[in-house]
Amino acid sequence: MNAIIDLKNQSPLGVFQEHCRQGHLAYQLSPSGEAVFYPRICEPKTGEELTWKLSAGLGVVYAVTVLYPKGESPYNVVLVEMDEGFRMMSCVTGIDPERVEIGMRVKVHMDLSDPERPLPLFAPFPSSPEDLA
Amino acid sequence: MSEIHTSGRAKIAIVGACEADLGQCAQGTSPVDLMAQASLGALAQAGLKLSDVDGLFSASTQIRFATTALSEYLGLNPSYHDGTQMGGSSFMTHLAHAIYALDAGLCNVALVAYGSNQRSITRQAASPREFNPYETPYKPMLPISAYALAASRHMYEFGTTREQLAEVAVAARGWARLNPRAWDRDPLSIDDVLRSRMVSSPLTLRDCCLVTDGGGALVLTRADRAKHLSSKAVYVLGHGESLSHMSISGMPSLTTTAASISGPKAMNMAGVKPSEFDLVMLYDAFTINTLMFLEDLGFCPKGEGGHFVSAGAIAPGGKLAVNTNGGGLSYGHPGMYGLLLLVEAVQQLRGECGERQIPNCQLALAHGNGGVFSTQSTLVLGLDPS
Repeated sequence: MNAIIDLKNQSPLGVFQEHCRQGHLAYQLSPSGEAVFYPRICEPKTGEELTWKLSAGLGVVYAVTVLYPKGESPYNVVLVEMDEGFRMMSCVTGIDPERVEIGMRVKVHMDLSDPERPLPLFAPFPSSPEDLA
Repeated sequence: MSEIHTSGRAKIAIVGACEADLGQCAQGTSPVDLMAQASLGALAQAGLKLSDVDGLFSASTQIRFATTALSEYLGLNPSYHDGTQMGGSSFMTHLAHAIYALDAGLCNVALVAYGSNQRSITRQAASPREFNPYETPYKPMLPISAYALAASRHMYEFGTTREQLAEVAVAARGWARLNPRAWDRDPLSIDDVLRSRMVSSPLTLRDCCLVTDGGGALVLTRADRAKHLSSKAVYVLGHGESLSHMSISGMPSLTTTAASISGPKAMNMAGVKPSEFDLVMLYDAFTINTLMFLEDLGFCPKGEGGHFVSAGAIAPGGKLAVNTNGGGLSYGHPGMYGLLLLVEAVQQLRGECGERQIPNCQLALAHGNGGVFSTQSTLVLGLDPS
C-alpha cells in the first residue's frame, strides 16, 4: 500500500477542479485498470496508487429524477455511466428536464460561472450533425 | 464475535418494547424527553427499574452524544454503551451489539432508545446534511432523490410501474387504518398516490414517509433472567448487517441493496427461510424500499417486487403481512425509524396488536435501512428460543 499524495500541497478535489477549469473531466485509474470516481488518495480495497486520466467526456444516463421544488422550475438530477467505466452525479442541460431518459447518450461540458466551484454538466449527444463528424 | 445461540437456544431476549408519543409533541419537547418516556414504558413492561440498566445504546442526528445525553437525563452510569450511527438501521445493529455485550457479561440489562422532534423543528433542522462536492451542487433533494434515482432504474430494468409503487403506500395505509396510534389513517387509493404532488420523479408526496415526532425503546436481558420477568420474552434468533455506500453515486447497483447480504446472514443464523415468517417489517422510507427489500430478502425474485405487491398482496388480508403498524409511510417516521419496526415486531409476537394482530404470530423479520440504501441491518425475532 502506498500513500501517494502530499495533502499539504494538493487534494484529490483540488486536482479534479483544476482539470475542470481547463475544460477536462478527470478521473483516476488503478494499476489493474479500474476507473475510480470520486477522486481519492488511493484505490479502494488495495490502497494502491491511482493515476489521473482525462475522460473523453461521453457517457450514458444510468438513472434520472426530475425535481419539482415549490415555486421553482423543474430540473433533473442524473447518474451518468461514463464510457471509461465510472459513474457520477450530474444534470443534463439544454433539454426539457422531463425529456431526459435512461440510456440517453450525453457529453460533458463545464460550468465555470463560479470559479471557486467549476461544475461538470452534461448535454444530449449528438446535439448537432457536426458532433458525429 | 460470539454466537447468539447456545446449544441451539437463543441466549438473549427482548423483555420490553415501547413507543414514545407519536406525531406532533408539545412545544419544547426534546428528543431525550421522548427517549426517556419510551424507556420508562419499556422497563415497566418487564418490571425493571432505571437502576437495573447498565447497558445503554442510542443514536441520533440531533444529539452529538446520544448515549451520554440519555445517561445524564436518566441518571444512569452504564458499564457498557454504544452509539453506533448508521442511520435508520442503527437500532437493529444496537440490538445485535447489545446481545454480544450481554453474552460477554459486559452488562446485564440493556436499554436501546431513540427519540426525535423532527416534525416540531423541521426535518432540515433535525437532520442536517454534509456537503458533498460531487453531489450537493446538483441540488438533489436528499434522501428522496436518491431513492427516486433507484426507482427510475428499477422501472427501466424490470418494467416496474408507478401503480405498483403506489400499491405499497396503499397497503401501508390499510394497516394504519387498523392501528389507533398511526399518524395518517385517512383512506388512500392508488389514484390518490399517483395524483399527489410530484416531488422527485417517479416519487410523489404519497410515495414518501411521513415526518413526525416520536421515539421508542427496547430492553434486553439474558434468557435465563427473562424467564423471571413480568413480560412475555421475545428471542433474537439471527442478525446480519452490511455497509454498502455513503452516497447514491457510489451504490454499486441501483436495483440491488445490501439487504441481499444482511438478510441471508440473519436467516442462516436463525436457521429459517423467507416462507416461514408470519410478519415482515421493512424500513419503508419510500415505496421503492419495500419492493427492493422484498426482492433482496428473498420473498420474491429480483425484479418481481412490483408484481408481488400488486392487488393488495401486502395489505390487510393479503398473502404476506408487511409493515402492520402502517410503516414509515402511514404510521409515523421520526427521522431514524428503525427502532419502531422492532417495537411493532415485538408487540405482534406478544399478541398485543388488537385489530391488526396477525393470528398466531411466531416468527418475525425486522429489516432496517439507513442513509440512501447505504446501510442494511436485519433481525430475526421469534417466540420460540430454539
